[in-house]
Amino acid sequence: MALTGVEIFKLLPKTNCKKCGHPTCLAFAMKLAQRQASLDACPDVSEDAKKVLGEASAPPVRPITLGTGDKAVKMGEETVLFRHEKKFVNPCAFAVEVKDTMSEADINKICDDVNSSEIDRVGQKLRIDAIFISNASNDAAKFEAAAKTVAAKAPAAAIILGTENAQTAEAAVKAVADRKPLLFGANDSNAEAMAGIAKANKIALGVSAKGLEALSALTEKIKGLGVEDIVMDSGAKTAKEIINNNTLIRRAAIKKNFKPLGYPVITFAQRDDVMLETLIAVACVAKYSSIVVLSSVEKWKNLALFTVRQNIYTDPQVPMQVEQKIYKIGEPTENSPLMITTNFSLTYFIVSGEVENSKVPCRLAVMDSEGLSVLTAWAAGKFTASKIAQFIKESGIENEIKHREIIIPGYVAIMSGAIEEKLPGWKVTVGPREANALPAFLKSR
Amino acid sequence: MAFVEPKESFAGKVYQITIGSDKTAVFGGENALPFLTVDGNYPNKPVIAFEIQDVPPTDWPDTVRKAYENVSGDPVTWAKYCQNELNAQAIALRLVGTHPDRENRTAEDAAKTVKDVLAAINVPLIILGSNNVEKDSVVLVAAAEAAKDKNCVIGKAQEANYKTIAAAAMANNHKLIAMSELDINLSKQLNILITQMGFDKERLITDPMCSALGYGLEYTYSVMERIRLAALTQNDATMQPPILADVGMYVWKVKETQAAEADVPNWGNVEQRGITWETVTAGSLMVSGAELLIMRHPEAVKAIQKFIDELN
Repeated sequence: MALTGVEIFKLLPKTNCKKCGHPTCLAFAMKLAQRQASLDACPDVSEDAKKVLGEASAPPVRPITLGTGDKAVKMGEETVLFRHEKKFVNPCAFAVEVKDTMSEADINKICDDVNSSEIDRVGQKLRIDAIFISNASNDAAKFEAAAKTVAAKAPAAAIILGTENAQTAEAAVKAVADRKPLLFGANDSNAEAMAGIAKANKIALGVSAKGLEALSALTEKIKGLGVEDIVMDSGAKTAKEIINNNTLIRRAAIKKNFKPLGYPVITFAQRDDVMLETLIAVACVAKYSSIVVLSSVEKWKNLALFTVRQNIYTDPQVPMQVEQKIYKIGEPTENSPLMITTNFSLTYFIVSGEVENSKVPCRLAVMDSEGLSVLTAWAAGKFTASKIAQFIKESGIENEIKHREIIIPGYVAIMSGAIEEKLPGWKVTVGPREANALPAFLKSR
Repeated sequence: MAFVEPKESFAGKVYQITIGSDKTAVFGGENALPFLTVDGNYPNKPVIAFEIQDVPPTDWPDTVRKAYENVSGDPVTWAKYCQNELNAQAIALRLVGTHPDRENRTAEDAAKTVKDVLAAINVPLIILGSNNVEKDSVVLVAAAEAAKDKNCVIGKAQEANYKTIAAAAMANNHKLIAMSELDINLSKQLNILITQMGFDKERLITDPMCSALGYGLEYTYSVMERIRLAALTQNDATMQPPILADVGMYVWKVKETQAAEADVPNWGNVEQRGITWETVTAGSLMVSGAELLIMRHPEAVKAIQKFIDELN
């Protein structure tokens, strides 16, 4: 169980020396309890206290990095069960399966799909993160060859090597060891040999057991063999098993601080039916998997899965913002209407959606209001006549359009005079208060 | 360290609702978070209603319009097609043609459509207005009367018009959808206002407002999750009605369901993309708490049904 601030305080020197940067030991203890400070900041803490606090302050889900370089994927470090409590920390990785029984051409094709999977969405670059190579042949040479092919053809993707055979694992791991692959497939019967390979190559080990009791025993055994970076498969296959097992794992780790299940989870979502596979992946994204293995990476499926991952892993305390600029909707001409609103993502999505519905080509000026909606931004002084005037002047829009009319949201009708004063030569028109009235408003102009 | 299953049990329970008068559909009734059968009972599967409307779906994108090409000319044919060919568990008739900016059909027109559709089907009917608060308070009253004692779902009652609509639903023995905009406190407040009129809280359905994948889905997702947690952990009766996700309407207007592949090659095939968009939106909201979903594309519904089978 995580320690409270007062429990931590009892273990500190209680000198209030301020060397940690906090005014008192109690204040520092409170920060430690909220995981907003590190014990390293205290130079005088005793070794005993370090041991107790170190164990208690370790994140409930162990941080593990998959792959190398700037596209390496961080996993674990989660602290909550529900996203409204606090941000889900590390978005899950999507991996696509490659079998070592496939032809080289087929493997190359999947690598190409992975390499070209990157999509930019609301300022984030999203992609298929990893390739899971399964040792379907159970042959060492084929496994090694497939690993080499993937390493060469997909230079940015993280690599997961899937086999339960320690003999075939050895050469494949060695061949791509510099990519820090995850070796997946340790179980009760091969634990020693697989742990040996992971340890020798300093890589993380994926373990698999049927059920959570067996899984806890297995991770303890692996840890006892000297491997600390573990990724777990609970054997969950159906959507129901995934939601139940993953929830119990997350609860055990976070609410009970149960270390044997405090590792990232890998889930196998592959199905013959691509739509069902997509939905299984949705359940994995929403309910706590850190790696989701897929059988295919169609572009439309990627887009939907990347988007759901982005939505679920958005920080609930920071409003999603869109970039300040003048967006074109449809194909506006130099005479098309110009409207303005704030950059809260929901505001933008709803307004732009309704403008699209109207089928009237428009320009939508989206002004940075720190992610606040129209009325809130106005009340907070972030959507004011002078700021609007400055934004419009600096945007260069005056060179793009012939008219000088700007449509403002009905809720801030009160500003229309002030904007006309600050923007000489411009006419301000008051639009509807609610976005759903925009189509009628635009069509009637 | 021995593993002890960290099960949780809750004092609260979601109300179970039965709709329809001939063939019925049942949803809600669980005392656990969505599909967490390890904690409690999840006795009923979510129910999916096929959305149809009183006027031809000229505003629906091609992908979903084509699915109903030969039947959507009139609501009766369309409803029968959904029931007989697509095995719909329920039909959601949206009276969008009554909107003043659309065909501006009258309340009497709407009442006739409701009667005709009810005569043609035996599965439960959900009757939805055009989301114009003034017009809905007239149209839905007439529709509720036209469907008297058929145990339909009437919606949506909002803060600005709930009194007349709730009264009509109550007088004609229907269930009622209460919709507020993406805020758990507004949802709670509206449910309280409606029950204070004497409307039975066990006949309410909460609609916290849907959002499409990529367009605020996370807000709807978390509001639903919080409503469920309040219902179960705090045993808050005002948060215990089942939750509606009105998916199709929100999904089939976003860019991802319409943009041609030629314009956005990175997004892949437009038809599969559109169907996937509706499927993923619906699947996410089911995992966060929705028990009743309104959807459009038959392929999306099929996928969701398979998902539901795996979840139970």
